[in-house]
Formats: sequence, C-alpha cells, structure tokens
Amino acid sequence: MKDMMQLVEPLIPPLRRYARALVRDAATADDLVQDCLERAITRWHQRRADGDARTWLFTILHNLAVSHIRQNRRRGGQVALDDAVAEPALSRPPTQEDALRHADLLRALDTLPEDQRAVLLLVSVEDLSYAEAARVLDIPIGTVMSRLARAREKLAQHMEGEPAGATIHRPNFGASIFRRVK
Amino acid sequence: MNAGRPITEEDLQAYVDGALDAGRRAEIEDYLARHAEAAQRVATYTLQRAALREALAPIVDAPVPDSLNLARLIEARRDRQARAWAGPWRNLAAAVLLLVVGGAGGWSMHGMAAKAPLSGVNALTQEAMDNYRVYAADSLRPVEMRAGEEQQLLQWVSKRLDRPVAVPDLSASGYRFMGGRLIATAHGAGAMFFYDDAGGNRIAMMVRPMTVDMDAPMSEHRQETAGQMVGGVTWSNQGMGYSLVADAPPQALHPLADEARRQIRAKI
Repeated sequence: MKDMMQLVEPLIPPLRRYARALVRDAATADDLVQDCLERAITRWHQRRADGDARTWLFTILHNLAVSHIRQNRRRGGQVALDDAVAEPALSRPPTQEDALRHADLLRALDTLPEDQRAVLLLVSVEDLSYAEAARVLDIPIGTVMSRLARAREKLAQHMEGEPAGATIHRPNFGASIFRRVK
Repeated sequence: MNAGRPITEEDLQAYVDGALDAGRRAEIEDYLARHAEAAQRVATYTLQRAALREALAPIVDAPVPDSLNLARLIEARRDRQARAWAGPWRNLAAAVLLLVVGGAGGWSMHGMAAKAPLSGVNALTQEAMDNYRVYAADSLRPVEMRAGEEQQLLQWVSKRLDRPVAVPDLSASGYRFMGGRLIATAHGAGAMFFYDDAGGNRIAMMVRPMTVDMDAPMSEHRQETAGQMVGGVTWSNQGMGYSLVADAPPQALHPLADEARRQIRAKI
C-alpha cells in the first residue's frame, strides 16, 4: 500500500479538477473522486503491471463520471449552470474581469458534448498524451484527434459570441478535419 | 517546401499541445508564418488552452477535503474487511450456542442437518467463484499460460478435460485475453481463462465437464465474502459447464456471457 500512497496521492487534485470540469457540481465531483479512490484501493492488486497509475485512475474516474452523467440525464436532473460557475472556488480572487472571462469560458465548455469536453480536458488541462487519452476514453487515437479539433473549434466560436448552432464560417472544417491544410 | 510530409490538422493540434518534435515544430512554424488563417486559429487554440488551465487551476490548488484523504480511505477499507472477517466467526459461535442449548433442552438435530453438497450448475458456480478469488487477486501470475501461447494452452486443457475447449474472444467488449490455467475441483479438472479491461478489471471464465445439469440455461449468482462481491453467470451446453465470474454484479456480466456462449457454440 506504500507505493499506492506515493503514486495515487499526488493525483488527487488533478482528479478533482477533471471530475469537476466534467460534471460541474463540486459535491458530486468529489463523490465521484472518492468512489474512484475506493475502487483504486480495492483493485490496486489487479492493476496491469504495464499500465501507469495516472491513466488507470483517470479511466476509472471517467467511467464513473460518464455513467453518473447518463443516469442524471435519464432522471432529468441537471445542475444549473450559473450556480456551478458562480461557486467561489471557480471565480478567482485576482480581478473581476478575469473571473468573468473564466466564467464565460467554463460556460462555453459546458455547451460542448461530453465526449468532446472529456478529450479537451484530458489533453489541454491534464496534459495526457493523445495515446493516454485514447486509452482513458477507450477510443482510437484518430477519434481523439478529431474530437479535439472539433472541441477547440466549437469553443472558439462560442467565445467569439456566435450563437450555438450558427453556420460555421469555415464551411469545410467540420466535414474534413483531416484534409490537407496545404 | 514540406516535400516529405504535408501539414495536417493533426499537426496543428499537436503544435498547440506542444506534442511535436523540434524538427516538425519548425516546419509548422514555417507554415504558420505563411498562412495567416491557420496561424490565427492556432493562436486562438493556444490562448484557449492557457485560459482553460487558468480557469480550472483553483481546483488543483485548493486543499483536498477530508473525504478524499487516501490514508483514511485505506484504513476505512481495512476496518470493513476486518468486520467482514468477524462475521463468519460470529455465526459459528451462534451455531455452537444453539447446538449446546438444543442439546441441553433435549432437542434432536432438527433443522440442523448438514448442508447437502452442491451439485451441477451450483457446484460449478461455487468452484468458479472460489478459484476467481484465489487467482484473479494474483497480480503477478494469475495464469499458467499466457495469451501468446493460446494454441498450446487449448491443446493442453482440451487433453486434460478430454473435450474440445474453446476460448471466447471478448475484445469487442473491451476485455483482453490474458491466458489460462488448469484448476482442481471436487468434480475433476477444470480450466479457467482470464481477461482484463483497460482499467485492469479482471473477469474469468471457468470450464469443466458436467455429470448433472448437462444442458442448463444461464443463471445469475452473486456472493459476498469478506466484503468482496463476486458475481457469476453459469450455464452448460452438451455436457460442458461454463461460468463467467468477476467482482461485478451478475447482471453486468450477462451480455459478456451471451457473447461467450455464442462464440463457443460457433467454435465447437
């Protein structure tokens, strides 16, 4: 259990961040992380010798979060968006302007479909490699890349103030993400 | 320019994430210098990436709540296990007391006849669960022969069980074949095959010839011992018994069992 403490403990804050950004509600996110840690403790001995602890934990957490989101959706319960972003931990002390900008960004993040949001968070925020993200999400690496490109484009449009579903100003973009740029 | 490799959207994303080697990075930079639209987009994504990290930073910097204290969670699990262990002894003590009281009261052994030994599908399930508990928990060597030696494993097992044995492929359901081993049961030799998923969760399928319940439909079983729940789905077909077990509820295993049964029927 000693190696477990050493490997897992430093990962708890990033796991909280990922859960929080994915499900938005702070209490639910921490419940999911707790659930994830409990599973990690009981299954530590079942871990593949060749797998790394971070990818393994993110996989457990992601699966828990996704099944939570799906259950929640079936029940029709949704966290009110504005409540979630208005939480003190998400608004930074520095300047009011910063806080507003962050709130906008997180609100825009929330409009992404959950599979795109997950890729964007794992790669951009949690610094997982594309291969690691593919393992966590159990999808091919090409799918990671295309979701990442779509997520970034959608988020950029949102921040520019285009309403959701508006015509994309680069008409070809969505259709052929892997087209040769040159 | 760039005669070798065309610049792709993937390259631009990887550039944003700093995932390119120096050579490729230089090529992309050169490309961006000449393509304003792509450069604008990459700049937006880079800003976006930084802003996301900044917006979510307070969560990483915040103190971890007590409910997520790892040492405490480990301790709590140990306590639960200790309590679960205490359980059977408590029951045994109660049984002994009952026996003594019964004897003193001139009771017969009424209602206390020894449990009949399990047979058929129930025995198979018990054997599968017992073996799963022993071998799936072994992180180093759960199997005697690894997946790479599948052919030899199948020959060996088929010879020992005196029947053709097939190993279902569960990779479409996310389970990688790890290998298998021979196991001993009260009803003769059996074989157990192991699989694991990306999260390291292990499932096992036990196989052995049946003398009763030669053709039984699927039945779900669950059992809790020492705080660990093991679920199983058991069936038999033409005198061969199968039990798929894991530390998961049996309902969750049912689709995998369906898939395994379908494949075995097709193979044998």
